[in-house]
Amino acid sequence: MPFKSRELARAYWKENLRLMFWLSLVWFVVSYGCGILFVDELNTVRLGGFKLGFWFAQQGSIYVFVALVFIYARMMDKLDRKYGVNDED
Amino acid sequence: MDLKTLTYLVVGATFLLYIGIAIWSRAGSTKDFYIAGGGVHPIANGMATAADWMSAASFISMAGLIAYMGYGGSVFLMGWTGGFVLLAMFLAPYLRKYGKFTVPEFIGDRFYSRTARIVAVVCLIICSVTYVIGQMKGVGVAFSRFLEVSYDTGLLIGMAIVFFYAVVGGMKGITYTQIAQYCVLIMAYTIPAIFISINLTGNWLPQLGLGSTISGGDVYLLDKLDQVVTDLGFDQYTTSERLSTLNMFAYTLSLMIGTAGLPHVIIRFFTVPKVRDARSSAGWALLFIAILYTTAPAVSAMARLNLHNTIAPPGADSNLAYEERPQWFQNWEKTGLLAYEDKNGDGRIQYTADAESNEMVTVDRDIIVLANPEIAGLPHWVIALVAAGGLAAALSTAAGLLLAIASAISHDLLKGVVMPNISEKAELRASRLSMAAAIGFAGYLGLNPPDFAAGTVALAFGLAAASIFPALMMGIFSQRINREGAIAGMIAGISVTLLYVFQHKGIMFVQSTAFLGDMPENWFFGIEPNAFGVVGAVVNFTVAYGVSAVTQAPPAEIQELVEDIRTPSGVGAAQEH
Repeated sequence: MPFKSRELARAYWKENLRLMFWLSLVWFVVSYGCGILFVDELNTVRLGGFKLGFWFAQQGSIYVFVALVFIYARMMDKLDRKYGVNDED
Repeated sequence: MDLKTLTYLVVGATFLLYIGIAIWSRAGSTKDFYIAGGGVHPIANGMATAADWMSAASFISMAGLIAYMGYGGSVFLMGWTGGFVLLAMFLAPYLRKYGKFTVPEFIGDRFYSRTARIVAVVCLIICSVTYVIGQMKGVGVAFSRFLEVSYDTGLLIGMAIVFFYAVVGGMKGITYTQIAQYCVLIMAYTIPAIFISINLTGNWLPQLGLGSTISGGDVYLLDKLDQVVTDLGFDQYTTSERLSTLNMFAYTLSLMIGTAGLPHVIIRFFTVPKVRDARSSAGWALLFIAILYTTAPAVSAMARLNLHNTIAPPGADSNLAYEERPQWFQNWEKTGLLAYEDKNGDGRIQYTADAESNEMVTVDRDIIVLANPEIAGLPHWVIALVAAGGLAAALSTAAGLLLAIASAISHDLLKGVVMPNISEKAELRASRLSMAAAIGFAGYLGLNPPDFAAGTVALAFGLAAASIFPALMMGIFSQRINREGAIAGMIAGISVTLLYVFQHKGIMFVQSTAFLGDMPENWFFGIEPNAFGVVGAVVNFTVAYGVSAVTQAPPAEIQELVEDIRTPSGVGAAQEH
């Protein structure tokens, strides 16, 4: 079923965009921020045998990416239900 | 049983499995052929996508590249995984909602233009063909190294296998074989990694082993590695940048948006039943990929340390004598991947960063994964498994790429442009024929690799980043971008990228025609050609917005189409108009 009104469709899209914005911000910070731009600063901190910046670049960013995609899928499921645009199984 | 027989047995068994799956999953309709019937479970699709995505380059070459680039190799780790975040949020759900068979089909409809569709087909074919040559080479190389058959014979056997399941089963056959191939390749990758991690650090999880201390001491593995390589004059492992911070940034971003824009990955998300399945399926795909991608850097660091320790044993007074080199060293010398030259005539091996005194004149990067089980002294069946894994990685990606090419030809060009009234049955026949032709063409290029074959995989990402990714993004997120803008944008983006690559690497990679030379001084802000896709993407976006602003807005029904794809409900299985 589609949206009941144009306003609802717009509100849904706006919430979706907001969610995308925050998640892509995290995506950017862990990879380009921690892994590339601020890697030298973070490398002064240690995580066990890892320099922290190096860990973000070769391990941490990937773990965060996986989490982000599942979080997005979950939040969007909720949003779809809130606006009644989920496909029933 | 000797290694060769065992390898034949293991590889043979996996091939029988793929053929069995092909017979079981025949395609009965175009819907089966293009999108596996549209009812694939999101977890199953995630696994198939992981195999589709992880190529011979991921399996065989990546760990070796990282082993020699150290921190700089992170561009591949982040670039080839981060793209899935973009795909999952920005593209896959909406393209699934649209519910058609191919990527050019969406571009043609959204930009209400047959020309846009044809331009998209051309971009798709350029990206996919450059990519598939690398896979064909991977198949030939894996065969010749592990099964001791010639490169050409190996390639022909590989083609025959792909031909069987891709022509008979289309996307349906490819999907189920890719699931099997994922299982083979992930076992083949992780088992040696676990053993090597236990040997070196006592920690069975390579991801943690990488950050652990070396067994029997309190020195961290990475600190030890940093010390060993800097003593020999190499760059420090954990901090060596790839050229510059800006270049690393551009390279990573090019790989990410290229990943999100590669058609053979996108079409995998057309096979799941619902929009929400497309979202979660991307998560599963990335999880399955992350298992290999977080293991790879551990393999890189550990194998590099092992290699240096073998040549210059810690605590010993002198380096390894050439006469006493281990069996694996001799095996890989035969293949030409390792070569030794006794420059100072002392009969011992010196391995340093200094070209004058270094005696390991060839250390092929691929050795890191291929010889890993032998260096770690693992049993023969593990080595046989690595052979099967390398082949699974190359075959699964080749099949996915070939399907993207075949469907662009039979569905977008033939049905979309040349003969719109073709019956379904005839289209299915045509799709099988174009698949057969695509395999033949890719095989020909694999047997007669053009000069540029070496650099092609990275180039495919740059081209997809500059052409297809921006067109799809604008198609979904803007209602104002029109036909003229999209067409001009795609052409400008792919041209700028190709021109940049050609001017530094030679026209069609013929070195002598590189009119600006392959010199970092001539690089635009020091960005290497492989990392240039992101600049092409910026050009694409800019041109498309500029041209759209001065030409007529898209018709009302297109604006409605965009609103419709943003609504997740009411999705049918993908189908014809």
